[in-house]
Amino acid sequence: MKSSFLLKTIGGFALLLALSIFLSGCGKPTGTGGALSGDAASQVYVAPGQYDEFYMFASGGFSGQIGVYGLPSGRLLRVIPIFSVDPEKGYGYNEETKPMLNTSFGFVPWDDAHHPELSQTDGQTDGRWIFINGNNTPRIARVDLSTFETAEIIEIPNSGGNHSSPFTTENTEYVVAGTRFSVPYPQKDVAINTYAENFKGTLSFISVDKNTGRMDVAFQVLLPAFDYDLAHSGKGNSHGWTFFTSYNTEQSSTLMEVNASKNDKDYIAAVNWKKAEEYIKAGKGHDIPANYAHNVYDESTHMATSTMKKTVKVLIPSECPGLVYFLPTPKSPHGVDVDPTGEYIVGSGKLAADLTVHSFSKMQAAIEKKAFDGEVDGVPIIKYEEVVGGVVSKPGLGPLHTEFDGKGYGYTTFFISSEVVKWKLGTWEVVDRQPTFYSVGHLCIPGGDSKNPDGKYLIALNKITKDRYLPTGPELTQSAQLYDISGDKMKMILDFPTIGEPHYAQAIPASRIVERSKKFYKIEENKHPYRALGEKETKVERKGNDVHVYMTTIRSHFAPDNIEGIKVGDKVYFHVTNLEQDWDVPHGFAVQGATNAELLIMPGQTETLLWEPKREGVFPFYCTDFCSALHQEMQGYVRVSAANSSTPLKWGLNVKDPS
Amino acid sequence: MKSLPRLLMFIAALSLLGLFAFPMWSITLYAPQYPDGVTMYIWINKLSGSTEGTLQNINILNHYVGMKMIEPESIPELKYFPYVIYAMVALGLLVAIINKKNLFLVWTILLVVLCTVGIYDFYLWEYDYGHNLSADAPISIPGMAYQPPLIGRKILLNFTADSWPYIGGAFVAVSMLAGFLAWWLRRRMAPQA
Repeated sequence: MKSSFLLKTIGGFALLLALSIFLSGCGKPTGTGGALSGDAASQVYVAPGQYDEFYMFASGGFSGQIGVYGLPSGRLLRVIPIFSVDPEKGYGYNEETKPMLNTSFGFVPWDDAHHPELSQTDGQTDGRWIFINGNNTPRIARVDLSTFETAEIIEIPNSGGNHSSPFTTENTEYVVAGTRFSVPYPQKDVAINTYAENFKGTLSFISVDKNTGRMDVAFQVLLPAFDYDLAHSGKGNSHGWTFFTSYNTEQSSTLMEVNASKNDKDYIAAVNWKKAEEYIKAGKGHDIPANYAHNVYDESTHMATSTMKKTVKVLIPSECPGLVYFLPTPKSPHGVDVDPTGEYIVGSGKLAADLTVHSFSKMQAAIEKKAFDGEVDGVPIIKYEEVVGGVVSKPGLGPLHTEFDGKGYGYTTFFISSEVVKWKLGTWEVVDRQPTFYSVGHLCIPGGDSKNPDGKYLIALNKITKDRYLPTGPELTQSAQLYDISGDKMKMILDFPTIGEPHYAQAIPASRIVERSKKFYKIEENKHPYRALGEKETKVERKGNDVHVYMTTIRSHFAPDNIEGIKVGDKVYFHVTNLEQDWDVPHGFAVQGATNAELLIMPGQTETLLWEPKREGVFPFYCTDFCSALHQEMQGYVRVSAANSSTPLKWGLNVKDPS
Repeated sequence: MKSLPRLLMFIAALSLLGLFAFPMWSITLYAPQYPDGVTMYIWINKLSGSTEGTLQNINILNHYVGMKMIEPESIPELKYFPYVIYAMVALGLLVAIINKKNLFLVWTILLVVLCTVGIYDFYLWEYDYGHNLSADAPISIPGMAYQPPLIGRKILLNFTADSWPYIGGAFVAVSMLAGFLAWWLRRRMAPQA
């Protein structure tokens, strides 16, 4: 009896134990696997030799570059060097592109690039340029999409972290640059705890020439010292306005995670830039001394130049009524996104339970009847109830960014609950939600911040990867997830790794870029001062300790390929012109002992490598880009003699004379 | 109806001017690295390509097997052939004005003879480029010649070469046909006249 009780008890425990082991074996709660439905593979399959339907431009974040991907395949097509040097392409190492990275702090070889923004015409992406902000050393770059090369970089004065940038207006009249970190204005040596009195925030409007794309800081609006986080410009009815979110309206300068999270509401600054143009015309702009770099790459000389600009026009809101209004928005709003009609302005209060949507028409009515709740530094604060157009109630945790599909829906990312939520504009009801892996930041719908989105795909750009791919040690790639949003429900169809940390990305139908894409530079248009437009023009010139080598490349040799008479201590400039006139025939140039990088010269281009030989000897140089069947033979020698030697300067190709 | 032969003779003479508006021949090379092909156009007075760099690209490819550079300046025919065509146009117009049946035929036969000579000359150039190879050629394959086809398709190592008359050539054909037709119609009309 007793023994049978004991047996039963032991048996019971054993059963319980087995069950619990079995249960623990079930592991994670279900729903995090991201199971794909059967036809997903065929939806993202782009057959070999076929083109993708869209280009996607994803910021490289702390890599300072832009990654160009094809959609829906997720294939990486190119990395465009922008704010960071790139030895692979010689960017920032060759003499031609060094000026691109010049700033008021000198040569800065790196930045943190966040938000790519395609140029627009009439509110639609036009495939001409893509802009991107540099956060750490406040800058905006313009990339020419006919060459996929950085064409221009302008530094932003009076800024301390160019985060709410570049976010174009609907005809690319302006790209904008709001400072994330307010700084003393003008910059000076003051106690940090005098933040409220000495610091200011600036919102800059950078004009873009509609033919050349040339940028200029048209004016800055001087605002109270908050953190200006993100921006978007109006469209349609709200064209002429740009909206900037702010946090830290508490004006704290320490332990910000607590001290900048106290206020119930912070502000969205609504700037009427058409009004600003009137004030500038009326002479209300103050010409303030400044010092900032403007760097332009000239496609005909294949060279960049850097000029320092010395003043900037500043508008002060208290002197310019109607220029800026503050829209109260709950809990440290991050993204501010304007729907395709221009009526709704979505402010994602990242610590708020609800998503706040302001109405542009209500805002105008409120301004009309002066429904204000006081002002800060001459900026009227519109009453919250008078401007809010709707609230998406309890959609998720930690809203960051919203894009639109052009079919009446908004899609908002939630960092904390790691999901994308689809909701309906006007009724504010949530209609779908899908998990992301993990902790999504920005999202991208092709044209999703324009008047004319292509609501076919949505890409979630995630901050954390954890277990999604094969492990690669402590540092992991970032991830993007592609969702098909053509139906009622979002459907994840692809998950792919990305370079750096992509913050924002923008995508565009491939057709708007493909037909504008250049195949090579015309050699007869090459205006580089050290060009050699044929082998007959090659030569070597000595000017004191500077030696200029006018060199050419063509399959499969350099001209000249034998150079003598170089001396230790010389500065040798190899100006290499690629004479090829065919698509996809770059030549590389590398020389032993170079302490910079290689050259990678596109057909028709001239690039220059500075070489400072430190020892005597004969050093080889060679082509680094496998160009042809006789690429391995594409090589040469340069002889370096002692500083006081009398070795004559000689050069040649196919040199037969043994002396 | 009666003036039709004469009209045809005018057309025959003036069609030749098409040679100045369009290339008369095209040679296209295809290879794995050139999926769209590289096309060289032969005009009565110049050479051109599907892109501005085509001639240079063909020369780059050709130099590996030791072929000579194709340099339009070194081809004298490109200089004097245009004058032959101008002369034929002038002669044709004269023949049309004189309006004599037999002269139509003489002019047409002269054109056919000139074309034959031209094509033979083209063949000689092709032969020279294809066979007269540099001893320094990086790639040398015993017994291999690189003469492109006179007309049609031929495989040369990794390249497939297509050689066909082009629009300008069609104008010459029209010219011959019109000249011949002018003579033939006039001959048929003659007994009634």
